[in-house]
Amino acid sequence: MIRNATPITPELVAEHGLKPDEYKRVLDLIGREPTLTELGIFSAMWNEHCSYKSSKVHLRSLPTKGPHVIQGPGENAGVIDIGDGLACVFKMESHNHPSYIEPYQGAATGVGGILRDVFTMGARPIACLNALSFGAPSHPKTRHLVSGVVAGIGGYGNSFGVPTVGGSVRFHARYDGNNLVNAMAVGIARKDKIFYAAASGVGMPIVYLGSKTGRDGIHGASMASAEFGEDSEAKRPTVQVGDPFSEKLLLEACLEIMQKDCVIAIQDMGAAGLTCSAVEMGAKGDLGVVLDLDKVPCREEGMSAYEMMLSESQERMLMVLKPEKEKEAEAIFRKWGLDFAIVGETTRGNRFIVRHQGEVMADLPIKELGDQAPEYKRAFVNAAKPAAIEADDVPAPLGLNEALDKLIATPDLCCKRWVWEQYDHIIGGNTVQRPGGDAAVVRVEDGPKGLALTTDVTPRYCEADAFEGGKQAVAECWRNLTAVGSRPLAVTDNLNFGNPERPEIMGQFVGAIRGIAEACKQLAFPVVSGNVSLYNETNGRAILPTPSIGGVGLLDDFTKSATLAFKRAGEAILLVGETTGWLGQSMYLREICGCEEGAPPPVDLIEERENGDFVRALILDGVTTAAHDLSDGGLAVALAEMAMAEGVGATLDAAPDDIPAHAYWFGEDQARYLVSVPAAKVADVLTRAREASVLVSRIGTTGGDDLRLPGENPLTVASLRDTFEAWLPAYMAGELRASV
Amino acid sequence: MKAAVLVFPGINRERDMARTLKLTSGHEPAMVWHAERELPAGTDLVVIPGGFSYGDYLRCGAIAARSPIMDAVRSFAGKGGLVLGVCNGFQILCEAGLLPGVLMRNSQLRFICRDVFLRVERSDTPFTRGYNAGQVIRVPVAHGEGNYIADGETIARLEGEGRVVFRYSSPDGMIDPNWNHNGAINAIAGILNERGNVLGMMPHPENHVEPALGVTDGRGMFAGLSEALGRAA
Repeated sequence: MIRNATPITPELVAEHGLKPDEYKRVLDLIGREPTLTELGIFSAMWNEHCSYKSSKVHLRSLPTKGPHVIQGPGENAGVIDIGDGLACVFKMESHNHPSYIEPYQGAATGVGGILRDVFTMGARPIACLNALSFGAPSHPKTRHLVSGVVAGIGGYGNSFGVPTVGGSVRFHARYDGNNLVNAMAVGIARKDKIFYAAASGVGMPIVYLGSKTGRDGIHGASMASAEFGEDSEAKRPTVQVGDPFSEKLLLEACLEIMQKDCVIAIQDMGAAGLTCSAVEMGAKGDLGVVLDLDKVPCREEGMSAYEMMLSESQERMLMVLKPEKEKEAEAIFRKWGLDFAIVGETTRGNRFIVRHQGEVMADLPIKELGDQAPEYKRAFVNAAKPAAIEADDVPAPLGLNEALDKLIATPDLCCKRWVWEQYDHIIGGNTVQRPGGDAAVVRVEDGPKGLALTTDVTPRYCEADAFEGGKQAVAECWRNLTAVGSRPLAVTDNLNFGNPERPEIMGQFVGAIRGIAEACKQLAFPVVSGNVSLYNETNGRAILPTPSIGGVGLLDDFTKSATLAFKRAGEAILLVGETTGWLGQSMYLREICGCEEGAPPPVDLIEERENGDFVRALILDGVTTAAHDLSDGGLAVALAEMAMAEGVGATLDAAPDDIPAHAYWFGEDQARYLVSVPAAKVADVLTRAREASVLVSRIGTTGGDDLRLPGENPLTVASLRDTFEAWLPAYMAGELRASV
Repeated sequence: MKAAVLVFPGINRERDMARTLKLTSGHEPAMVWHAERELPAGTDLVVIPGGFSYGDYLRCGAIAARSPIMDAVRSFAGKGGLVLGVCNGFQILCEAGLLPGVLMRNSQLRFICRDVFLRVERSDTPFTRGYNAGQVIRVPVAHGEGNYIADGETIARLEGEGRVVFRYSSPDGMIDPNWNHNGAINAIAGILNERGNVLGMMPHPENHVEPALGVTDGRGMFAGLSEALGRAA
């Protein structure tokens, strides 16, 4: 019988985030009152973050298979085959709440965690991206959060030595009090050298590697209560502190021992630290695990079993080693100056046993800890879909030039140089396309292959119509990968929503997943990894539904990738796809007319695919000189971006008669691209378009120092660029009173 | 050319540097671990690459400067051997006393990664013989602490002896505070030691050498070194 020093009261159960019926499930499962350590273990394994208890039933509907998928969801990261014996390992994960409490460390450890997920599988990380959502610029905390989060991402990634090549930054009042930090990491491994979490073999040594265990990151719910520890003042805040230097050493040491064939199974210690990693290794391998906490390297004296099991100290790994390789592995870790300790072994019998100072502190069924977590089919209601807004009903208070000038200076559309210049985006010497384009392109090893990478979602579309918004997030990701000439292969999804216990939030979640599933199926773009972040609410007000989609595309020859910059004068500008002038939920409507209304633009997935395949073929055949996807701000904003990139202007033809000018230039119809081609090739492209049944029209010609919209005065590209670049640095320097 | 690239814990541009040396000279460099006490026999160029040695948790480069291998580097430099320090490597050389001065935090107090323009002040050094004096080259920087400073006397000496080899400049070679991203005194981006055989610089020429990736202005440095050492050998 296990000695139970702490009576488990209903208050204690509640403080551990377990509902009464969940606690009853614990009692039924073990047939006795749990110890405090066991209660901590259950709360760690059964919380939303680790158990996916509200989302699991819906996540199963996502397509996760495809000819190139090596590993889908359920491991540390997804793995896809990119040919030549190589695999791409990637995942995106949120670190939202920690980044709000302590922006620098919260964001830094978010990057550290996702990097570990990738190199745990045997991959060397080659790129990071970050999708960031902040509150309104006018909110008093926003500047502080942007500054801290960006510095934290840079501080970790730059020191670790991975290029941060892309991502997104948006602002909206609905993220006041709950910003989002979604970090994505991408790595390359040999296809036959992927490492997994499942342990195998009885009596195999379980080794603890990396940094020492401290009291940082211990279960937030337990923090507030003084009854837990003898000495509550010694406890540290719930946010962990990152040490990129240790992580870099851990990376090199792990890759070195993997190369020496020492490893049976490996799992990083992320959320719920030692508990989650040990349980996963055992449960996945159908084995029991015994841990001896006296062997765990600790940073502080007198840590209890409870604290050790729940610590989220960073830069730690758990490994099952081949016994005959123990000495060799230890020597490698010592060389890198890292802790190496045998802390347990695998056993028969599916028990998870934790010993500390001669006592058994926990004795639990290991499979049930993971598999028998509660699973909810929560009630959901679908919000009524807003009616579509006719373009004729949308006022045009500003001229085209004025509207364009205003739009490119808005927080969401302005240049994010201030952000990505704080990230080392060139380390590794493989960055082909730097931040600022549709997708980043990174060379794979010495080439010729390249990977295209992007993160996308349009939360205001998701808010208006979760299903169409979910589809759009995937479609835009696919389009951005296509616009640089790559073949989209697979995605990772990071689903950020409010409280799932509210049916309307659950309705958003279910709707978005259906949309994502639909688009991923139609575009043959499977989901191979992901993360769900719920309860993103402050004072009962949820964030905008934000299912971030991180995509990976493959270029057989990275030198063929397309960029969005107009290259030279006298070339034809072609618009691919159908323009109806859809202004509902557009940036124009929000920023120029001041309302967020209507249905978002519908996504026709067949058209997406046909138009995208057409554009990609043009790029790879060397016909285009520039390519760009159309999204926020529509045609006019896309044209401005193409002109600003290298300072080549353009003259545009008049809008068609049947579409109001503001709707034509700023509408956000989907499945569209802009390309430039030399004049001599226009006829050929139009013929190909007819054959492929793709709508292509010539809308203007490149050249000059100005952007000339029909009926407007020329706007110099230089002045556009000044406008585009000015807002963010001025805002961050505190020079502006934000107007949004 | 027989280059040795030093690897301290936390250094992270050693792979970039090794690839560039191989690409430009045809010879694979030796990677030398910080705990070694000797350089490989026949080494004719020591390169200290960029990164965050020991996490840069103390002053940048301060711990690496006291590593065992640095004694070997000091004696190598003392005999006239060529030493190149880039970014963290520059910081380490300053901390090791092989170069004067110190690198402070960038004047804007932020890490900055971008392409900058450098005016090459001299072409009569083994490091810059691949360029013309006055030539402007485009290379990237990626650092939070690249703001070079030294006492007035030292700066006067560096300038007087022509030991400032690279300066941040405008694309047409003008020295202008708007083009000096980190606020370094006299726009100093790279300096030589007194003897002219040790160069430290903040920018990363090793990241601009491949036509397939765009700009190749960094190539001149490695091609020049390779030629100088090839001829000597």
